[in-house]
Amino acid sequence: MTAQLETRIDVDHLVRRTRSVGMNRAQDRRRAVVDPDNRRRPGRLGLRRRIPYAGAVGPLALLAVWVVGSALHWIDLRSLSAPWTVVATAGELISDGRLQENLATSSWRALTGLALGIVLGVVLALISGLSRLGEALLDGPIQLKRAIPSLALLPLLILWLGIGEPMKVTTITLGVFVPIYLHTHNGLRSIDSRYVELAETVGLRRSEFVRHVVLPGALPGFLMGLRFAVTGAWLALVVVEQINSTSGIGYMMELARTYGQTDIIIVGLVLYGTLGYSSDLLVRLVQRKALSWRQTFAD
Amino acid sequence: MATDVRGLVEGSARDLGDRLAVDVVGLTRRYQDRVILDQVDLQIAGGEFVALLGRSGSGKTTLLKALAGLDYDVSGEGQLRVADSISVVFQDSRLLPWRRVLGNVTLGLRTQAGPGQSSEDRGLLSLAEVGLAGRERAWPTQLSGGEQQRVALARSLVREPQLLLADEPFGALDALTRMKMHVLLRRLCAAHKPAVLLVTHDVDEAIVLADRVIVLDQGKITTEVSVDLPAPRRAADPAFADIRQHLLRSLGIEETHA
Repeated sequence: MTAQLETRIDVDHLVRRTRSVGMNRAQDRRRAVVDPDNRRRPGRLGLRRRIPYAGAVGPLALLAVWVVGSALHWIDLRSLSAPWTVVATAGELISDGRLQENLATSSWRALTGLALGIVLGVVLALISGLSRLGEALLDGPIQLKRAIPSLALLPLLILWLGIGEPMKVTTITLGVFVPIYLHTHNGLRSIDSRYVELAETVGLRRSEFVRHVVLPGALPGFLMGLRFAVTGAWLALVVVEQINSTSGIGYMMELARTYGQTDIIIVGLVLYGTLGYSSDLLVRLVQRKALSWRQTFAD
Repeated sequence: MATDVRGLVEGSARDLGDRLAVDVVGLTRRYQDRVILDQVDLQIAGGEFVALLGRSGSGKTTLLKALAGLDYDVSGEGQLRVADSISVVFQDSRLLPWRRVLGNVTLGLRTQAGPGQSSEDRGLLSLAEVGLAGRERAWPTQLSGGEQQRVALARSLVREPQLLLADEPFGALDALTRMKMHVLLRRLCAAHKPAVLLVTHDVDEAIVLADRVIVLDQGKITTEVSVDLPAPRRAADPAFADIRQHLLRSLGIEETHA
C-alpha cells in the first residue's frame, strides 16, 4: 500500500517535471522570437559572437605597453622616443607643413602605383585565366617575377628609368600586381565547372559569361589579393623613398636617421603603419559589403 | 575521334517538322573503351513528358548530356536532332551564389524586341508561378533546398523551352518537399507544355509524372511503358502498382511484399 502510494507520488513528480521542462522550452522559443540578438546564435563549432571593434584591440594594447614602458623608463628614450615626444614632434611637423607635404607625395606614389598594379594584375589574370595560350605565356614569367624581390630589381629600374617618379611608381606597380594576379587567377580558376556548364545551357555569350560568372566568381580571390596589394604598396614605398629621394615620408625618415631623431622616425613608422593598416581595414570593409552573399565560417 | 560529334549530324527543330522535340537514331557514346550508350533510339513528341529510369551507370546522364549538347570529350556516332530551345534543370539547383534570386532566373534571358515585357518582368512572373513571389531580392543561400530548386525551375521555364531536360531534379530533396515539387512540376508542364525528359532513379516519381517511362540498362533502352492513368495518380491504385512492378522487374528488382 505504502509502496504503491510512493510510486504514484513519484510518477506525479515526474509528470510535473516533464511539464515544466516542456513549458520552459516553449518559453525559450518565445523568447527567441522576441530577442533580436538570438537571431544569429553561433553553433557549437562556429566562432563566437563578434567582439566590437576587434580590429582596434591589438594595436591599442601595443600602444598601452609603449606608454607604460616609457613612463616607467623601462624603455631607453634614446633608442625609442616616448609616445608624448612623438606626438609633440608630429604636432611640429604638421604645423610647419612638412608632414602634409611628404604625406601627399607618398600617397600619390602609392595610389598611382596601386592603381596601375591593380589594372595590370587583373588584366593579366584574365588573359592567363581564360586562355591556355595566355597562361602558357604569362604564368611562368609572373611566377619568376614573384621570386625576385623588388629591391633586387631596383638597380635595373634606376638604370632604365632614372631616379625620378617613374622609377618609384614602377617599382610599386611591380610589387602590387603580383598578389593581385595570383589571387585573381586562383579565384578565377577555382570557379566551379558546374557554373560553366550552366552558363552554356542558358546560352551566355562569352562577354556575358565573363561579366556574370567569371568576374563575380573571381571577386573573393581578387579582394584577397587586394589586401596584400594595398599593404604591399606602402611597403614598396619605403624602399623607393629611402633611396635617392628628396621628398616623401621615407625621405623624411632617412633624413632623421642621419641626425639621430628617433621621434621623427617613429612618426614616419606610425604613419606607414596607420596607412597600411587603415587601407587593409578599408579593403576588408569592401570585402564584407561586396561578398555579402557568402555565408562563411567567419560570419 | 574524340570530338563533339553533334556537329556532323545535328539538325534544327525546323528539320524535325513533325512536332518532335527529340529525334535520336542509333546514338552511341563511348568513354575510352566502355560503351555507355549503345544504339539508342528515342523520339519525344512536342509536349510529351518522358521519364528515363535506370540504375547508376546505366547511361541516363550521358543521354541527357548528349541531348543538352554538354557531352564534350565523348566519342560516338548516331543521329541526334533536338528542339532549338532547350532548358536544363540539374540535380543541384546550380544557382550562382553571387546573384540574387531574380538575377539567377533572368541569367542570359533575352527579351524579344517589340511589345514584350522586360526580362525582369518575365522573371518576376516566373517566380510567382513557382510560388516564390516576393523572394526575388533574396540570396540563393538564404533559401531552402526546395526553394532553390523552384528557382531553378523558374529559370528554366522563363525561357519557354520546347524541351526541358531534368537530371534527377528532386533527388536531393526530402520526401515531402519532393511530393510538393511533383505537383508543381505537373502544373507548370500543363501550363507551358514543353516536352520533358526527366532522368530519375525513383520509380514512383516516374509513374506519377510521366506520360511514358523508359528504362535504360547498360546503354540500351530495355523497357518502354505508357502511363495512362487518370490525373491524381496514387500508388494505391492497382494499375499504378502493376506498372511499378513491371518497371522494378525491368530494373532487376523483384518486389517483395511488405
